[in-house]
Amino acid sequence: MHRSGPKYKNSAAFYDVDGTLIKINIVHAFAFYASRHASLAESARRTLQTAVSIPVFWAADKLSRKWFNEIFYRSYEGQSEDRLVVLAEELFEDVIKPNIYPRAKELIDESKRAGVRQVLISGALDFTMRPLAKYLGVDDLIANQLEFVDSYATGKLRKPFVAGATKADIMRAYSKQHGIDLAESWAYTDSFSDYPMLAVVGHPTACNPDFRLRSLARSYDWPVLELDEEPTHSASRRPQGLARAVRQLRRDT
Amino acid sequence: MRAIRPKLRSHAREHIVTIDTDSAPRIMFYGENLMMEDLPVGTRVIYPKRPMTPVANPKAAIRYALNHPEDSPPLHAMLEPGMKVTIAVDDISMPLPIMRTPDVRQLVLEIVCEMLADHGVDDVHIIIALGLHRRMHDWEIKRMVGDKVWNEYWPDRLYNHDGCDPDGMVVLGKTPHGELVEMNKRVAESDLTIYVNLNFVPMNGGSKSMAVGLCGYESLKAHHTPKGIVESNSYMDPPKSYLTQSFKRQGSLIEKTLKVFHIETVLNNRAFDGPLSFLTKNEDDFTEADRLKYQAMKWTLDKLPFAARREIFMRTPAAYELIACYAGACEPAHDRTLAKQNEQNCVEVDGPADIMIYGIPYISPYNVNSKALNPLLVQVMALGYFYHMYRNQPVLRDGGVLIITHPCSDKFDPVHHPSYIEFFNRILTETTDAYTIEKKYQDELAYNPSYIEMYRRGNAYHGAHPCFMWYWGQRGREKVSRVIVVGADNATVPQIMGWETAGSIAEAIAMARGTMGRSAQISMMHHPPYMICDVM
Repeated sequence: MHRSGPKYKNSAAFYDVDGTLIKINIVHAFAFYASRHASLAESARRTLQTAVSIPVFWAADKLSRKWFNEIFYRSYEGQSEDRLVVLAEELFEDVIKPNIYPRAKELIDESKRAGVRQVLISGALDFTMRPLAKYLGVDDLIANQLEFVDSYATGKLRKPFVAGATKADIMRAYSKQHGIDLAESWAYTDSFSDYPMLAVVGHPTACNPDFRLRSLARSYDWPVLELDEEPTHSASRRPQGLARAVRQLRRDT
Repeated sequence: MRAIRPKLRSHAREHIVTIDTDSAPRIMFYGENLMMEDLPVGTRVIYPKRPMTPVANPKAAIRYALNHPEDSPPLHAMLEPGMKVTIAVDDISMPLPIMRTPDVRQLVLEIVCEMLADHGVDDVHIIIALGLHRRMHDWEIKRMVGDKVWNEYWPDRLYNHDGCDPDGMVVLGKTPHGELVEMNKRVAESDLTIYVNLNFVPMNGGSKSMAVGLCGYESLKAHHTPKGIVESNSYMDPPKSYLTQSFKRQGSLIEKTLKVFHIETVLNNRAFDGPLSFLTKNEDDFTEADRLKYQAMKWTLDKLPFAARREIFMRTPAAYELIACYAGACEPAHDRTLAKQNEQNCVEVDGPADIMIYGIPYISPYNVNSKALNPLLVQVMALGYFYHMYRNQPVLRDGGVLIITHPCSDKFDPVHHPSYIEFFNRILTETTDAYTIEKKYQDELAYNPSYIEMYRRGNAYHGAHPCFMWYWGQRGREKVSRVIVVGADNATVPQIMGWETAGSIAEAIAMARGTMGRSAQISMMHHPPYMICDVM
């Protein structure tokens, strides 16, 4: 196709990952590690422990993403760095790759064609996100980093935590460092908790948004992308509920 | 509400009514509602012609056209077993409102597909030639092409054109005027392309079918410019339309490069029938039943919420009927199409008006099945399409005043028109100058990856489409001295557009007379169905 070169020179696209580009979240990754332990009994114990903790994680996440991170990453305490990094490739192939939204890669490819710098900014752990970043061909990855002492995880995250308002601070710093104009940049996320990262860019975009973000996007007239829909079909404007039933009835009669 | 006094009225021209002291008030569209207003004595109300008699057997008429084409061998003589054929078909931006099933495109497709199968042509794709319009929803395509074609071709061999697909578009070359010509790759690689057109207005069809329906942004921006619109006097008069000349240049290159067989269809103007037929009648000729129907409809519409009113109108398809089908080479077939279409739609009018009144309906080519006629589309109906409904000379004189009736609500469909929202709220509040917008903002919207994604895989109009819509009204904006909106439900939208507001038609006319004088000639175009004024 004829296109006269990249159109955006000082722009970046910042993508949240969990729920935005992939269907799963960091709990799935943790469950994967728990189930891949050397000892069968240990695997079972850790899997059970993860399952039991899910309501706690959920409640913490609803209250504050910062609290959630503090509680959640404590579960990694004592795990060796080698093991986590080595299993990350398997995690990507077995868990993450099959759960990438159908339209996510196309969105990133489209953005690349426009000359926009591609950045993943995720609250997940950096080593779990690296294979995904490589697969999507993005320029940079900003993610949480576990603290290791003598190659064993302490269960704490290195600061700054990549979450909530901090994402916006990190994006500002990144933009300054790379000469990016945030007013000409994009942010993509699925969650209302990422409102700050949407607020600092000129082109905020909600992707598969939760209820609160969808309402916000409608209020602010932000574009809403449904990356979870198959590209060849478009069911979003099919009649729903009662209208659909009435139409079906009319067809049948 | 005042009763309508019935009175039969004679006039040298059936489609022109001059308002007298005892004339009935006139019905005009007001978005998803209607209004009835008294007009000053002497006002000229211009009605469309009556619907022409349809062809008795549409399928036979289509078959006849395929076997007796203009300046081309018959379709069956162009077919060979094993050849690669692509059928391109117009999208549902026309006709307005959508027509009852079977859609005329369904009739043509069924005949053509059967003929292809009979001649051993199996490699057939059907592409919805939507240009930079939104992708049609699957249920819309199914309704348009019918079950038979749908079941056989969807989704692998029946799909929407994608003008932004980097692997799906090719460049055919440039015209002598330097206009780039892009083309859908599947079409460019086909041994034969069959274009199935539904010609609703004179700017449709002919070279535009291939040059716009299957192009990309880079070739569309060659003619969708403010300059191109301003130099089209009017764009409903092809010989005097810059747009048409540009389409022809691109089309000529396409026809030289590719083998194309055009099928063009012409409909009559039966937009409303049955219980809604009163909407096309001269109000002086209303029967008691017509008055009751109007009052019942008005009462209902007043009581219903906006979404329900819109749903009612959108779910009321028009009873359009086929009046002609022509096929063959592009221009010869299109010339016949235009002649037939003008026979139905052109009405003679003596001289231009000083003050023109348009009731703006709920629909435009770009909001079929959308949630609203957004402000930009109101603008394109008023200063674009309706303003350009003339030949010879403008039906509203240069410097005249335009009065429109529409609520101008700040409502947009975020699924179909996401870039319109940014255009209206950000760009239009910075500048309304179309030339500045073209230079400064058009590419920005066109290359916005979110909008490209929504166009390619969602159901959104292309990012640059709102810019084109703004240019579409450029000639009207430059030639009209004032635009006055009657019944706007907010002050912001008209203000952003640079329009004034009035509470009633009477107030608007008083304001307009302030510019044009007490003796100003006032006219009203009784749309829809639309008509084209041959202004003498």
